[in-house]
Amino acid sequence: MWHVIPLFIALPLAGAFLLPVLGRGRRWVSDGVSLAVTVSLCLGSFWSLTKLQESAVWVYTVGGWKPPFGISLVLDGLSAFMLVTVNLVAAAVVLYALRYLDAFTGRWQFHCLFLLMVAGMNGVVLTGDLFNLFVTLEIAAVASYGLVAFGTERHELEAAFKYAVMGSIGSLFILLGLVLLYSYTSTLNMADMAAYLQARESGSLKGIVLGFFILGFGLKAALVPFHAWLPDAHPSAPAPISAMLSGVLIKSLGVYALCRVIFCVLGFTPAISEILIGLGILSMLIGVVLAVGQWDFKRLLAYHSISQVGYIILGVGLGTPLGLAAGLFHLFNHSIFKSLLFLDSGVVEQATGTRDLRRLGGLNHRLPVTGGTTLAASMAIAGIPPFNGFWSKLLVILAAIQAEHYWAAFWAVVVSVLTLASFTKVLKYAFLGDLPERLRNVHEAPVSMRTALVILALICVVGGVLWLPELRSWFLDPAVGVLGAGPAGMAESLVRYWP
Amino acid sequence: MTVVVKTVTRLTVGLIFLYGWYIVVHGHLTPGGGFVGGIILALSFVHLTLAFGRDAAEATLPARVTGLVEGLGALLFVGIALLGFLGGVFFRNFLPKGEPFALFSAGIVPPANIAICLKVGAGLFSVFLALVFFRFDWERRK
Amino acid sequence: MTQYFLCFVLFCVGLYGMLAKRNLVKIILGLVVAEAAVNLLFVLVAYRTGAFAPIVEAGGGPTRMVDPLPHALVLTAIVIGLATTALMIAIAMRIYAHYGTYDIEEVRELKG
Repeated sequence: MWHVIPLFIALPLAGAFLLPVLGRGRRWVSDGVSLAVTVSLCLGSFWSLTKLQESAVWVYTVGGWKPPFGISLVLDGLSAFMLVTVNLVAAAVVLYALRYLDAFTGRWQFHCLFLLMVAGMNGVVLTGDLFNLFVTLEIAAVASYGLVAFGTERHELEAAFKYAVMGSIGSLFILLGLVLLYSYTSTLNMADMAAYLQARESGSLKGIVLGFFILGFGLKAALVPFHAWLPDAHPSAPAPISAMLSGVLIKSLGVYALCRVIFCVLGFTPAISEILIGLGILSMLIGVVLAVGQWDFKRLLAYHSISQVGYIILGVGLGTPLGLAAGLFHLFNHSIFKSLLFLDSGVVEQATGTRDLRRLGGLNHRLPVTGGTTLAASMAIAGIPPFNGFWSKLLVILAAIQAEHYWAAFWAVVVSVLTLASFTKVLKYAFLGDLPERLRNVHEAPVSMRTALVILALICVVGGVLWLPELRSWFLDPAVGVLGAGPAGMAESLVRYWP
Repeated sequence: MTVVVKTVTRLTVGLIFLYGWYIVVHGHLTPGGGFVGGIILALSFVHLTLAFGRDAAEATLPARVTGLVEGLGALLFVGIALLGFLGGVFFRNFLPKGEPFALFSAGIVPPANIAICLKVGAGLFSVFLALVFFRFDWERRK
Repeated sequence: MTQYFLCFVLFCVGLYGMLAKRNLVKIILGLVVAEAAVNLLFVLVAYRTGAFAPIVEAGGGPTRMVDPLPHALVLTAIVIGLATTALMIAIAMRIYAHYGTYDIEEVRELKG
């Protein structure tokens, strides 16, 4: 057993609990603890990728209790992939937030809630037990409700309340699905449940449970038609939290959990494939159509998040190996460039005091690093070679064509063109052109914030290399293998890899 | 509050507090455990606050101490989980298990119950204080 | 069967409260009722006919017991519900401090 696995959850929890006791006085204590925890988790997640070469699946039995009686933490290809995504973005965001929070009071509360959210997300990604998935999902979700309301201004509170109500409805449906699954299978361990469901014909139960899970996890992932909370919550939150929410929370709580439950427990059928492809196309279209007319920078980015999650669900819903790989690759890329875009918007908002694109202009003169990184992220999201977004979007379209879903590929191309138009508008109005009088004295962001932006931008530029076969065998292929193996693979892992 | 309420509170608040501790300490033998016992403990302080007002509660348990107890309870729980590594696995029950149905038995379960009780009790009481004594802007300006 | 159906009715009552009511406090109460309904369903699923509460006594007691696992899970779910409710009440109080009303028709400044 690899004893670092529970530390992914225990270390941020310990940090979060340490901060109310120690962090009230001096500011460097809360900053230091938060930065130390997230950077060490990021390095640990890279190390977990290397450990996967030794053994394809690592099963950790908490407390020494045998599965299926105890809670087991499972590190397989998909978990390691998500761990890297979550912790890399979290480390960059904490680095950015060190100076961003100068405008806020209550730094230690921010870092405490942030570490709780990271602990929750790591828990969702690592757990092999369905109720533990629900509990850690709720930890991360409640922490995020608090973080969206962090500034306690009017709009933030309204957005946080709406987000909390809709998030709670989603969680209730997840719990309902869980109750039905438990009443049928009498076990909570995902691998055991997969084996049980495979061995028996369950008729309409799987359909009902699938409906509840798509509703619940789809609401967390902001799939259309459950997306109504996202355009209010993501712009109103402070910029580092918008980056975390849009970049990793909707993916680990929504997309990863949905994929894990559908592919590894319930089993992937052509009917589910059609549903996911339909939801994906709907999200892509509605997200980008509503984004094109936006003039609020962050609200535009939030609508584009809905659209890009549609790409991910389309890729994953195709079910073919190329489709799964493309969807997961786009998940990673989107986490990187969407967080970068939100962090950039935070710099712009703090420097100029506004998010309205019509009142900005020519910021490239005064904010060169921010302008450069926004250019990189915009080209990545619009799908311009050689940025990472181009490769993943191209692969999604190719996978759709290969699976003979020609309409899906067509809409994906249309949405890509509209995304390009939308971000050309952003760049033109915010960064290019002339600098208005009242913006002559804006300052560039401090060094720590610039470092975080540049790190993410570098990954945007070179991220395409992750598709090369050597790197792909480390990063993407294990994850695709887990999803492709299905419930049989999940059930087998319990027996073969239990220590 | 009236004299009747204050007298009854003075008589019962100690009993409620003791009952909460009984539920916590016997958590591994009877239904209950850390969470329920913590709620009852918090309720005894809420009872005191409702009857006598904020100053009496502040004299018995200052807000600063409540915050400290809350944090220490949480840290104690994570500490117990991490100490499980001494037994080989995270969160392992590494203390001696003793006789069944005895008070000092079941390894780490009683200390974990006490840690949860501290966290939940102090946490719920500080939530109560924050919500009840939150002053709106127009009240503060008076 | 009627117990499960009544749980579902209770859940629908809570969902109606969350989705159709205008007052913020009533929305929170709807959430509390819906969570209670789901927890109740979970505990009811654990029942076995003719069984007793899952407490092991020193002198030997009844041997046929209901399933104890959902009881522990429901306890966790109740705690989660408590945390969510407390947070939402705090947010609702601050909304009242800013907007002066609990009516969501008035609290509607985010558009587009």
